[in-house]
Amino acid sequence: MSTKLPERTQAKAKAEGHHMPGRESADRKQVTQGRWASLLLLPTLVLLAIVIIYPVVNAIIMSFQKDAGLNAATGFFEQGGAAGFDNYAHWLLQQCNGQACPPGTIGSQFWSAFGTTFFFTVVTVALETVLGFWMAIIMARSFRGRSAVRAAVLVPWAIPTAVTAKLWFFIFAFDGIANKLFGTQILWTGSEWPAKWAIVISDTWKTTPFMALLILAGLQLIPDEVYEAAKVDGATAWQRFTQITLPLVKPALMVAVLFRVLDALRMFDLPYIMTQGANNTTTLSILVVDQIREGFNSAAALSTITFIVIFLVAFIFVRFLGANAVGAATSSGKK
Amino acid sequence: MRKTFSKYGAPLAMASVLALALSACSGGSSSGGGGGGGGDASSNLDGRGPITYVQGKDNSNVVRPLVDKWNAAHPDQKVTFKEQSDSADQQHDDLVQHFQGKDTNYDVVDVDVIWTAEFAAKGWLQPLKDKLAFDTSAMLPATVKTATYSGTLYAAPQTSDGGLLYYRKDLVPNPPKTWDEMMSMCSIAKQNNIGCYAGQFQKYEGLTVNASEAINTFGGKIVDDSGKAAVNSSDAKTGLGKLVDAFKSGNIPAEAITYKEEDSRTAFQDGKLLFLRNWPYVYSIASKTDGSSKVADKFGIAPLPGKSGPGASSLGGHNVAMSVYSKNKATALDFMKFMTSQETETFYATQGSLAPVLSSLYSDQTLVQKLPYLPTLLTSIQNAVPRPVTPFYPAVTKAVEDNAYAALKGDKTVDQAVADMQSAIEAAK
Repeated sequence: MSTKLPERTQAKAKAEGHHMPGRESADRKQVTQGRWASLLLLPTLVLLAIVIIYPVVNAIIMSFQKDAGLNAATGFFEQGGAAGFDNYAHWLLQQCNGQACPPGTIGSQFWSAFGTTFFFTVVTVALETVLGFWMAIIMARSFRGRSAVRAAVLVPWAIPTAVTAKLWFFIFAFDGIANKLFGTQILWTGSEWPAKWAIVISDTWKTTPFMALLILAGLQLIPDEVYEAAKVDGATAWQRFTQITLPLVKPALMVAVLFRVLDALRMFDLPYIMTQGANNTTTLSILVVDQIREGFNSAAALSTITFIVIFLVAFIFVRFLGANAVGAATSSGKK
Repeated sequence: MRKTFSKYGAPLAMASVLALALSACSGGSSSGGGGGGGGDASSNLDGRGPITYVQGKDNSNVVRPLVDKWNAAHPDQKVTFKEQSDSADQQHDDLVQHFQGKDTNYDVVDVDVIWTAEFAAKGWLQPLKDKLAFDTSAMLPATVKTATYSGTLYAAPQTSDGGLLYYRKDLVPNPPKTWDEMMSMCSIAKQNNIGCYAGQFQKYEGLTVNASEAINTFGGKIVDDSGKAAVNSSDAKTGLGKLVDAFKSGNIPAEAITYKEEDSRTAFQDGKLLFLRNWPYVYSIASKTDGSSKVADKFGIAPLPGKSGPGASSLGGHNVAMSVYSKNKATALDFMKFMTSQETETFYATQGSLAPVLSSLYSDQTLVQKLPYLPTLLTSIQNAVPRPVTPFYPAVTKAVEDNAYAALKGDKTVDQAVADMQSAIEAAK
C-alpha cells in the first residue's frame, strides 16, 4: 500500500491539473488542462448523476410524500399528497395513524430490526476479523500448496449469498446435517437465539475469506527486513505481532473492517432466506423490502433512515478510527 | 500521501456503495394510485390486434402450445408470450412496474389470486362488465370470489388449488371428518411413535394459509365482505386455539414450527407423520414407487377436517386479467375466454397438473384417471374460503403471520394474538 499510494495520488493530481511541468505560462496551461480535465470527466459525472444522484434524490423526495390511500367510497387508491415528516415519524416513533403501531405491522418492527442489524454487524464483523486475521497469517507463510489454499479459501466468498443461505438453510433444518452431526434436536430456525447464531455462523463462513484476503494483502506489504531487525533486537513472537504486524497492517485492516461493517449493516439475503425474518432476525433491509410492497413512499423514508444510519457509522469509522490508523502507522514507521 | 487516500478515497467508495444500496429501493415511482375507472377503463373496448400475454415461468410448458394454437387460428390478432421469472414476488413487482408505467404492451396478465384485489383497487385491471362481460357461471364460486373486488369482476379464474388432508390409510382406515376426531386419533400416532398432524407453520405465506383455514373452519373471518378487519371474534379464537392446543399437547410435533410445504412433505413421505395438510402436488411425489417415498401405497387423501364437516380450505391458483392500458381489449377478452375454455382447462390439468376452475371437469373420467385426487379436491374447493380479498393483502398477511406465529410458539395468548391481528389489519389504510 505504501508504495502504491503515492503513485495514485500523483496520477490524481495530474488529472486534476495540479501538476505543473514548468513555471512559464503555467497559468495558461493550467487553465487549458483544467478545461480538458473537466471535459474528460464530464461523461463519468453525467453517468454518476443518472445512476446514483437521481435515484437517491428521487428516493428522498418520495419519502416526503404520503402513500396512496384507499378511498373507501370508490374502492380505489388515491394519491396521498405531501406528508411532511410523517413517514419518518411513522418509523422512528412507531406511529400508525396516530397510535402506536400494533404488533404484526412493519412499523412496529423498526427498533427491533435496528437492534438486530447492529447485533449482526458487531458479532459477525468481530468474528470475521479475528478468524480472517488468523487465516491471513497462515496464508502469508510460505508452504507447499499455498496457492491452492488461497484459492480454496475463496470458495465460500465466490458462492452467491442466496445460494449460501439456501445451503445453510438445509444444514440447519430440523432434519439437517447440523442436528445429525451433533445429535441435537434444536429447532434452529424456530426460536430466537439459535436462529440468530445460525445466521451469524453462515455469515462468518461466507465472509471470513474476504477479510482474510484483504488482511493478507496488508501483511504482504510488510517487508521481511523489519521482522529480521526485530528478531536481531530480541523481540519475541508476541512482541513482533503487537509491535510490527498489527500497526503496519492496521490501515488495510481498517479498510477491510469498514467494508464489512457497511456490508453487514445492509444484510438481507441470509436472514431473508434462512428465517424470513422470523424470531427477531429481521434486519433493516428486510423491513425495507417488506415495506416496498405496502407502500413505496414509506419504504423510501425507511431506506433514507437506513442510509443515514450507515453513513454515520461510516463517517465515525473514517473520521476517528481511520485517522487513528494512519497516525499509528506513521509513528511506528518512525521508530 | 496516505492521508489523501483515507480522506477522500474511502468516503467516496463508501458513498457510492451506500448510494447503490439506496437506489435499489427507489425502483417504484411516486405515482402509486391510478385513480381508477377513469378514461383508460372506457377506451379501446373494441380494439383488435396483436396482444401480449404475461405470465410467470412456464415450468411445465403449457402456455407456449396454447399460444401457438391461438396464433394459428388468429393470424391477425397474434399473441406474444412474455415469460417472467419463476419467483412470485418478482412477478408481482414486474407487473406493478409495468402498470405504473401504463405499459400498453402488458395486455393480458396472469395474476395470483391474492394480488387481484390490490391491482383492481389501483385501477390497473379492466372491469369485466358491459361490453367486456365475462361469463363465470360454469366456474367454481370460490374461485370467482378471488377475482371479484367490491362487487365487480376484475379477472377470470384460470387455475385453482386447495388443501388436502393426506393420511396413513394403513394406520387409520377411515379418515377423520372433523378436527376433533383427528385429534382423538393422535393416540394411534403415539403408539406408532410418529408425529400426528402437521401443516405449514413457519412464519411465511404458508402460515397465513394454515391459520386462516383454522379460523375460517370454525366460523371466523379475517376480513368481512367489505374488506374490513373482522378477525376479533370468538370463532376466530376457537380456530386459532385449536392449532395452539395441538402444538401444546404435542399432537403437532414441535419441529413443525419450521415447516414449509417441502419440509412437511418430506416428513410425511418418510413416515414420520400420521396426518398432513398440503397441496395436491404432494400426491404424485408421495406415490412414487422408486423408494423415495416410504408411504407410496400406504396413504390416502381426504378433504380437510372441519368443525362438523369438511374444513374451509384456503385457495391457491391464478386469475387472468386485462390491463386497462391495453389497446386491443376485444382481442384480450377473446384470449381470456380461450385461456379459460374447457379445452384449455383440460390441457392445463393433463399437461401441467393444474387444478381446473370448471366444476364439470372434476368428474371427467379421463382426467380423474390421471389426477385421482380431483374428486377430493373438488370438495375442498367447494368448501374453500379465499384468502382475504383486500387491496392491502401484504399488510393483512403479515398481521396474520406474525401474530399467529407468536401464538403458536406460546409467546402470546390466543386472545391477544387475535386482538393484535385485528388492530394490525386496521392499521393498513
